[in-house]
Formats: sequence, structure tokens, C-alpha cells
Amino acid sequence: MNIKTFSRKKIVIFTAAIVIVSFILMIRLVYLMIFRSEYYADRADEVQERERYVKAARGEILDANGVVIAANKTVCTISVIHSQIEDKEHVINVLSKELEMDSEKVTKLVEKISVREKIKSNVPKETGDKIREYNLAGVKVDEDFKRYYPYGELASKVLGFTGADNQGIVGLEVEYEKYLKGKDGMILTVTDARGIELENVAEKRVESVQGGTLKTSIDVNIQKYAQQAAKKALIAKSANYVSIIVMNPQNGEIMAMANVPEYDLNSPYELNTTDEESAGLSKQDLLNRMWRNQSINDTYEPGSTFKVITATAGLETGEVTTESNFSCPGFKIVEDRRIRCHKTTGHGAETFVDATKNSCNPVFIEVGLRVGVDRFYDYLGKLGILSKTGVDLPGEASTIIHKKENVGQVELATMSFGQSFQITPLQLLRAVSSVVNGGTLITPHFGVEVLDGDGNTVKTFEYDTKPSTISNDTCEKMKYMLEQVVATGGGKNAVIEGYRIGGKTATSQKLPRNSGRYISSFIGFAPADNPQIIAICIIDEPVGIYYGGTIAAPVIKELYENILPYLNIEKTGTESD
Amino acid sequence: MNRKKVKATSYFDYSLLFIIIFLIGFGFVMLYSTSSYNAQIKFGSSTYYLKKQMLATALGFVAMFFVTFADYHWLRKIAPLAYIGSLVLILLVRTPLGMTFNGARRWIGIGPFSFQPAEAAKLGLIIFMAYFVERKSKSIKNVSTYLALMFFVALVAGMIYIITQNLSSAIIIMGIGIVMLFVASPKYIHFIVTGLLVGVGGALVLLLEGVVHKSFRFQRIVVWLEPEKYPKDGGYQVLQALYAIGSGGILGKGLGNGIQKLGFVPEAQNDMIFTIICEELGLVGALALVALFVFMIWRFMIIANNAPDLFGSMLVVGVLAHIAIQVVLNIAVVTNTIPNTGVTLPFISYGGTSVLFLMTEMGIALSVSRRIRYEE
Repeated sequence: MNIKTFSRKKIVIFTAAIVIVSFILMIRLVYLMIFRSEYYADRADEVQERERYVKAARGEILDANGVVIAANKTVCTISVIHSQIEDKEHVINVLSKELEMDSEKVTKLVEKISVREKIKSNVPKETGDKIREYNLAGVKVDEDFKRYYPYGELASKVLGFTGADNQGIVGLEVEYEKYLKGKDGMILTVTDARGIELENVAEKRVESVQGGTLKTSIDVNIQKYAQQAAKKALIAKSANYVSIIVMNPQNGEIMAMANVPEYDLNSPYELNTTDEESAGLSKQDLLNRMWRNQSINDTYEPGSTFKVITATAGLETGEVTTESNFSCPGFKIVEDRRIRCHKTTGHGAETFVDATKNSCNPVFIEVGLRVGVDRFYDYLGKLGILSKTGVDLPGEASTIIHKKENVGQVELATMSFGQSFQITPLQLLRAVSSVVNGGTLITPHFGVEVLDGDGNTVKTFEYDTKPSTISNDTCEKMKYMLEQVVATGGGKNAVIEGYRIGGKTATSQKLPRNSGRYISSFIGFAPADNPQIIAICIIDEPVGIYYGGTIAAPVIKELYENILPYLNIEKTGTESD
Repeated sequence: MNRKKVKATSYFDYSLLFIIIFLIGFGFVMLYSTSSYNAQIKFGSSTYYLKKQMLATALGFVAMFFVTFADYHWLRKIAPLAYIGSLVLILLVRTPLGMTFNGARRWIGIGPFSFQPAEAAKLGLIIFMAYFVERKSKSIKNVSTYLALMFFVALVAGMIYIITQNLSSAIIIMGIGIVMLFVASPKYIHFIVTGLLVGVGGALVLLLEGVVHKSFRFQRIVVWLEPEKYPKDGGYQVLQALYAIGSGGILGKGLGNGIQKLGFVPEAQNDMIFTIICEELGLVGALALVALFVFMIWRFMIIANNAPDLFGSMLVVGVLAHIAIQVVLNIAVVTNTIPNTGVTLPFISYGGTSVLFLMTEMGIALSVSRRIRYEE
């Protein structure tokens, strides 16, 4: 039987059809493998690749002289990969021995069927190395960074600390998180469908970027002196806490901020006290209290140190001059109230300078009343009392003060000598700085600049300053009066031979008024004619003698004795009068 | 016709032989590349699949050798037996000899060997149809003969589908039968009507399954249209196949460097081996392989058109249809051009029975080619 022509034709037809279909499929392949290639390759990478993060080293924090005050140390994370463990008993024994963990707990973790089970993190590097030397199948030792504070308690409430993921939790650590944290790197390893990493395939790496180094205005030495002085006062006076802030009044750079008792930054979750007051509070509350930075998180009634502000307003408005004469009978009647002077027998006849030296309440009430509510508030605003300082620390407390429209004569009278409102110590320090630096309202701060790994400046921080809040004349007069307070007035305990120091003392009664609890404080600057440094000391609830001039002024004196020579502030000799 | 016959040189299609050998060698390389990793994990031997395939291929070579050098006309004698034998083998799947792999009962086991009757049935049908068409060539234009012939095809296909639940093989067998009838018959109208009926019937079945039963076959259509939406319901395999194909790009990742074969494309050495070829050898390798298959089909066409008689020609047409349908379906499935159905890629995919019978079919085609006589 021979083949018919139509059969031949039909064979060709079918073959042609197949060729055409094949051609269509080839076009489909071209489409998939050229035009859709990138898309599908990316999808394929997604399913094939496993990401492993490489933690970036957190940026260090430096003091003004480049001393490292927050660093990193290498620690290890120990984990097990269940499917790769060969000798389970041995693994459990080694891990529980080296990590000093309960073997039951280790057994539970090792036996847990998971891709990767973390046994313990933040293991010291030496322990990690030791475990690595055992060469146990299925046990992984990964290196990691942990924050380390070489000075332990130093400026603890300023620096703050970091959490488990190296993220800032309080203090500068959280404020500058964005600069410090760096960028985590990534290792992409190719795995098979079961998730086992392939050995001969090159892994892709995205290198981690180290966080920026934060250079601060803190000076480790000044901070140490401040902390020492504060601690001494804390113990001597059995106080609740003692705060000392040391600042450059010209630009707002804070050189030290001590709030004793401080806590150990390397173990921030261990309570630093076991005082009886803590009974009934949860551990978290106690920790929060321990971490609190009283210099900026707490407000208090400033008391007599605030007379600096009242005096400034009086001089500025021309309601009073340094030579104005007053008479103090020991009290002053405002509306129906009789407000007493701390010297109940009265200071008698005195000039305004004398009244300042005496810290005479009736005179300052008089000055306050002369200035009047509107202008008084105007100067509060100009000197930054009504707003936050803008310091670069989290949780700054706001001023608690009467609304202007609610202020009557009595309120104005009490505010004139620093009562019936609350501010933070830092706010007062800023206001007084503004008075003595020639009228510039500065922003207190710690952060100076951010450096990269090679020490090059990446970013320099700029802070607001408002010039000309008060006149130069007033400034000069205030400096003179405050120098007199220290030289021959209530602040004489702060006198240091050879240095010109200005300042003002305060003894504030804590509320309720007759509880017998006080806050003693002293604010002082040097040199008095051209202030390079200003400091405030606050002693909360001292036991025994509580006068600011008696107990707070000597603290600043002791501090200045140490740091004025350190800061190369030249002796100029006391002004002869 | 006799004057055309010349004693002299006997023909042998060396081109076809070369393609066969090349495809088999290439198949081994790709099978090893694709399966070694999983074979190591599953059986502890990276050459597990390769060795089994090589054994079947060796048997196939022996079969091909004998068939090539025998006169293919002896096949006429066994044609009815081949047909009945195919049906019996299919039925054996339902006996205790039947074996189940991967959840499908499609194999019969004889001693250490397993055997897929559907593969045998393809060859059986080709032989039987060539024989039957030749006998009925005069009356084939009649509807009754056409229907009778169609019945024999549909019987095998139906049994494959019903007994082994293997839709792909049923479609392939149906396709082979229809192509052979199409070539043998002078008519076109039969096939147009058949095509229309199949089309309408298929659409009705789909509609019924989709709307009434929401069955798994309808699901395939939905998944086919939007595989990324249904990764859990069968889209996974198609997606992984597309990832493999797409990530190959123009030049591929290089032989052995594919990643998708490491368990991502399930059972990559079977139906999905073409995706790994794409991933490792790129578009260039993939197109070359398709072109090679087209060339092979071209050789079959030459042999079929020049065969000394209708029986030989029809045998080769059957082989041509078999290879063509399977290649086209396989590539269309893995590129998600049509809905997913399991079709192996001839000579390349893992499968001993398939290779054994394909080699036998190649023997038939080569045997027919040997009978071609040059004209003077």
C-alpha cells in the first residue's frame, strides 16, 4: 500500500502546525527569560535567600576632650540549631556548665524543635570563645556588641543606657538614637528548600555601618568633681538627692550634670538603694525613680535664687536702682496678707544692694509689686522661665506657674522671692546665665557634634540663642550685686581666695509649708565680671542645718576650688572695696 | 511505482540517530544536575536517579538496535496483540500488581522493576493504528470506518483516564490516534466536526466541574490564570517553575548551578526538568533544545513522507505525533502557557518506562528509514 499524496500533504500540515506552536513557545520563553527575567529572579532570590542581620556597632559617646564615656564591648550570643546537633547530652552538659545555667532549662531549649533557638545572649566574649573551642555540632556562637560604660556611674542620668537590641532607652542614648545606632548589615545566604545553607554559593553581604560618635560638652573631670562634691553633701546631710549642674553660661554647653545617687550604667536594672521608702512600690517604679534626672525631670520652688530674676526685672524697668533705699520691718503686708521676712526682726534701712546681700523678702516683694504683673511676666518670658529650655535630654519638665490673668498682688509678691511656682534647676541656671552673660538666652545642651568612624565631623549641632533679652547695664549691675552676695553677703561660704565669684543662695520650704522639709540651693558663677562657668547645687531634704548659704554654697566652693584651676580661669584677686 | 525502485544504496537516517544519541546524553547530564542533590538527601546516593535511567536506556538501546535492523513489517503480525496487550496492562494496574507512587496508582510492579502501562499503550496504539489504517485505507473516508477507528483510540484513552486517573496520558494517546487518522484520511470535515465536538464538550465539562463541583480540575484553570494568587492551591509548582525559568536569563546560571532544583521545584527531575534547563543553560540552551526537537520532528516528517509503504509511514507519523505532542505540552505547561498537567519531556525527564518505549519507537522510525530507496 503506497502513501497517498493527501497523506504526505497532511503530514506536512501537521508538522508545520507543530513548528508554528514551537515557535510560539519559543517567543513565550523569550518573554519569560528576558523581559520577565529580573522579576522572577528577584522572586526566586526571595525564596532562596535567608537574611542574617549583622548588628552595627553603636556610636561611642565622647566627652569634650574626646574621652570615651560610652563604648561597645564584644559579647556573644549562644544558640543551637536543632537539626544539626549530633551529641545532645554533650551539648547540654557543656552549655549548662559554661553558661552556668540550670541544665534542665538548657535541656528544654536544646530539645525544642525550631530552626534556631537562642540559649543565652550577652555572654562574655571569653565564655563564647571557650564554647567555640569545643567545636560542638549544632551550637552557634555569634558575636555581638553590647554597650559598655567605662566610668560606671558617671553622669548616669545624663547618658542613659541601651536595651537588649542596643537601642537607647533613656538619656542621651535615646535622644541621639538616630545618630548613634548605625545601620545593620545583612548577610544573604542561599539555602535549599529545607532552609539548609548551601556551601559553595557566594553569599551577598551588605556591610553594617557603624553609628556616629557623639561628642558631648561633658567634661569627665568636672563631672567627677561634681559627682564627688554632690556625694559628699548627700552623705553629710543625709539628703534625698543632690544635684549639681555645671554649664558654660556663654554658650549653654553643660560640662557636668550630677544627680546623686547615680546608678551603675553597666547594670541599670539593679536598684542602687534599699531605702525603707521603697516599700510598696513595684520594681519598675523604683527603677524609674532611680533613672530620674532631677535636674531636668523634676520641678521645685526656687526660692531666693529667683530673686536674681526679680532684681533684673526691677533694674531693667527702672523701678529700682542699686542705690534705692528700702526699710525692712521684718514683714510686708500685701492686701490682707502679712508676709514675713526670714529675719523676723527686720533688716531695717538698707540699699537694694544690701537687700540682695541680705536676701530680704519685703524688699523683693516691693520690687516685684513695682514692676507689676505684665512686666514681671514679660521678663519671665525673656529669661526663658515660661518655656522649656530645649535641653537635649528626654522628659524635660514644664514650668508650673499661675496663668498671668490669675496673678493678683499676693501671687506676684510670693513669686518675687521665688515661691508659688515651680521650675527645673536647669531652667533657673539658664535664666541666671542669661542675666550674667550680657542678656543672651542660651539653650543648655550636651551634644556638640557627630563624628564618623575616622573622626571627621559629620554634623555640628546648632542651638537657638536669643540675644539682647536685657541691657548690658543691668547685666553689669547684676554681676556686681551677685558678686557682693558672695563677697560679703549670704553667699560668703562660696568665697575662694583669689577668684571673683558671684552667686545667690536659697532655702526653699517644700510643700506643705510647715512639713520641715527644705531644698537648699546655691547658684554661683565665676569670674564674676566675665562669667566662664556657672553652677547650681540643689540639696533635697537635708537633715540638720538646711540654709542654702551654709550647706549648698560650700559644695559649689569645693567644686570651684577644683575646677577653676582645671579650666585655667585665672586668679584675678577679689575686688577691693 | 516499480521504476522508482532502485536496488543500490540503502538509506539510513544518521541525522535522526545523532539527535537521539545527543538527546539521551544531554538528558543524562541534565538529569544528574537536577536530581543529584535531592537523590543524595533522599537515597544517600547522588546517582540514584541517573543509574536507574541509564539502566532503562541501556535496555532501550538493545530494543532500538533490534527493531532498527528488523524489517518493521513483522509489526503487522503483532498489531492486534499489541493493542489487546496494552489494554490488559492497563487493567493490571487494578490488580495487586499495581503500584502507587506519589499518590497515583499508575504503575505495575514486576519483581524489582516498575512499569507504566500508559507508556506501553502509546506504542501499542501506534502499531495497531498503523496496521488498522492500512487495512481500512480504502474505506477510511466513510464516517462509519472513521468512527470505528476513533472508537479504538478512545477506548485506550478512556481506560487510561478512568483506570489510572492519568488525564495527560489520555490526552496524548487521543492526540496520537487523531493525528494518525487525520493523515490517513483524505477528509478534513471529520476532523473539523470532531474538533468542534471536543471543544464544545470540553467547555461543557469544564463549566460543569467549575460551577457545580468546584472541582480540582477547574481549580487548575483558576490557578493557571493567576498562579501568584494561589500559591497554596497548586500555584506553588507553577510559580517555582516560573522562578526557575525567569532566573535563568539569557545565558543561565551555568550547568549545575541551579538553585530551584534544590527542593523548590518539586520533583524537578520529572515533568519540570525543562525549568532547570532554562535556569542553568538560559534562554540560549532552552531555545537550542526546542530547536533540536523541531529538527527531530522534521526528520520524522521526511521519513514518513518517503516511507516505502503506508504502514511504515503511519508508524512514523504516530511516533512524530507522540514526540511532538509531548514536547509541546511539556513546554507549554512549565511556562504556564496552558494549565498544569503532568507531561514528561521525551528523552530528558526521568522515567524508565518512557525511555524504554521511546527508544523502541526510535528503532521503528530508523527501521522505516532504512527502507527508503533513493530514486534515480
